Amino acid sequence: MKLYDYILSPSCYKVRLMAALTGLSLDIRPVDFHPGGEHRKAELLALNPAGSIPILEDGDLLLTESSAMLVYLAGKAAPEWLGDGTAEQSARLQQWLSFSHRLTANLGGARLHEMLLRPGDIALLQAQGVAALRELEAGLVEQGLRGMPFLASDRPTVADIACFPYVALAPDGGVSVDPYPAIRRWSRAIRALDNFIEMPGIHRLHELKPEPQIGTGKE
Amino acid sequence: MAKEAMLDEWYPVGLFSQVKTTAYKTALMGEPIEVSVGADGNAIVTTSGGRVLSSRVRYGHVWSSIGDPQKEIFSIPEADQPGRRFVDVGVVRVRCSPLRAVENFLDIAHFPFVHTDILGAEPHTEVQNYKVEIRDVEDEVWATQVKFYQPQAAKSASGGITTEYMYRVPAPTCSVLYKTCPPRPSEWDVITLFVQPLAEDLCDVWPWMALFDDETSMTDLIHFQQTIFLQDRSILENQIPRLLPLDPGMEIPTRADLTSVAYRRWLKRHNYTYGAQLVAQ
Repeated sequence: MKLYDYILSPSCYKVRLMAALTGLSLDIRPVDFHPGGEHRKAELLALNPAGSIPILEDGDLLLTESSAMLVYLAGKAAPEWLGDGTAEQSARLQQWLSFSHRLTANLGGARLHEMLLRPGDIALLQAQGVAALRELEAGLVEQGLRGMPFLASDRPTVADIACFPYVALAPDGGVSVDPYPAIRRWSRAIRALDNFIEMPGIHRLHELKPEPQIGTGKE
Repeated sequence: MAKEAMLDEWYPVGLFSQVKTTAYKTALMGEPIEVSVGADGNAIVTTSGGRVLSSRVRYGHVWSSIGDPQKEIFSIPEADQPGRRFVDVGVVRVRCSPLRAVENFLDIAHFPFVHTDILGAEPHTEVQNYKVEIRDVEDEVWATQVKFYQPQAAKSASGGITTEYMYRVPAPTCSVLYKTCPPRPSEWDVITLFVQPLAEDLCDVWPWMALFDDETSMTDLIHFQQTIFLQDRSILENQIPRLLPLDPGMEIPTRADLTSVAYRRWLKRHNYTYGAQLVAQ
């Protein structure tokens, strides 16, 4: 499986993260997105006329949408990441997969503007990003009331991986996640998953120090 | 807030390979400027009011100054050495003081914690003794004999090695790092950080490299350095206070911070205080 990849792209990271979590290996083909703009040149436009990355190739299959890639990797190696198949859970999972595209547009747009000087209406992108974070926070709180720590289920699914990167990197675009305790707890739960991998700007959880020994008074 | 002393310095304002005939709008120390390339192929830098500024093309970048530079851009002899590959890493904007961006680049102690498993790893966190001086003739800050254990020191390194470093600050917002070159032990790899001060608390950072590495693809070299710098960016944007303190106060330097101490002392000596905080708060 060949991934056309940019190390700083949160959408590419979704695919790398999903592969790591499900134990799949990817053949990485680095794309000079910045400063080279290689994703807009002939070779990659021939694969993806939309001019976006990631692009995933596996035999005859050519995918240009990151949500489809997550579903493909999960279906191939770890179907438990696709939910339990009930109507309600499948619908919730699809709801958040679609929602994740709004995060790409607003939080991702703000990040590209603030970090790599891409054009955009920064005030509007940040306001839309805040609205999306509030919606995500509400969704996570409601899931919590149902006893479920993740977006669509009581275990992580592709929906969580689709939403996590742009949320975790929101501060890169000048949008704070400090006001959202449910998002911070959820983000921590994802970073604590076995085989989690980081990307620049998303730091790994450092191992917690052992509990301090409280004196018994008999020293 | 004094910017007078830094006005006459050279600053990077764009990648020469990306400058076009239509002007690119940016800023230098609060002054809006425009960068373009003329019919003769030379870079043109003007203020938005139309005043033509001094400009040069060096080390892959267009350089300019809103003042009247009294000397040429600092020299990097390795940039003219045959066999090296020159890497335009591209701009990254950071909401921090331009001086903080340079100071972070000079810091060694953060490698295991911020660049984990690349430039450092626990438990190899000790910064061994090294030498720092302000060289009077060159008027530059130098740190030499810096040694650090690194799991992946460069794209060309396979496995962990003890890397030797030399750091050099030849201009208030520029630093040049000389580092063990894994494929050619007799030479140094050159990694620079050129910082364009947009405002006292906002900068565009233009990393650039001159390496001996015939194996790694250009894109991989760019991505390696972008990875490192983007690990720093979120840290830089969260430093408090935003401006670099030049007077002792809340920050207590330790031995590992010798280079930072010398850099701050050198800045203060020259009144290079654009992006600095003078009175401890």
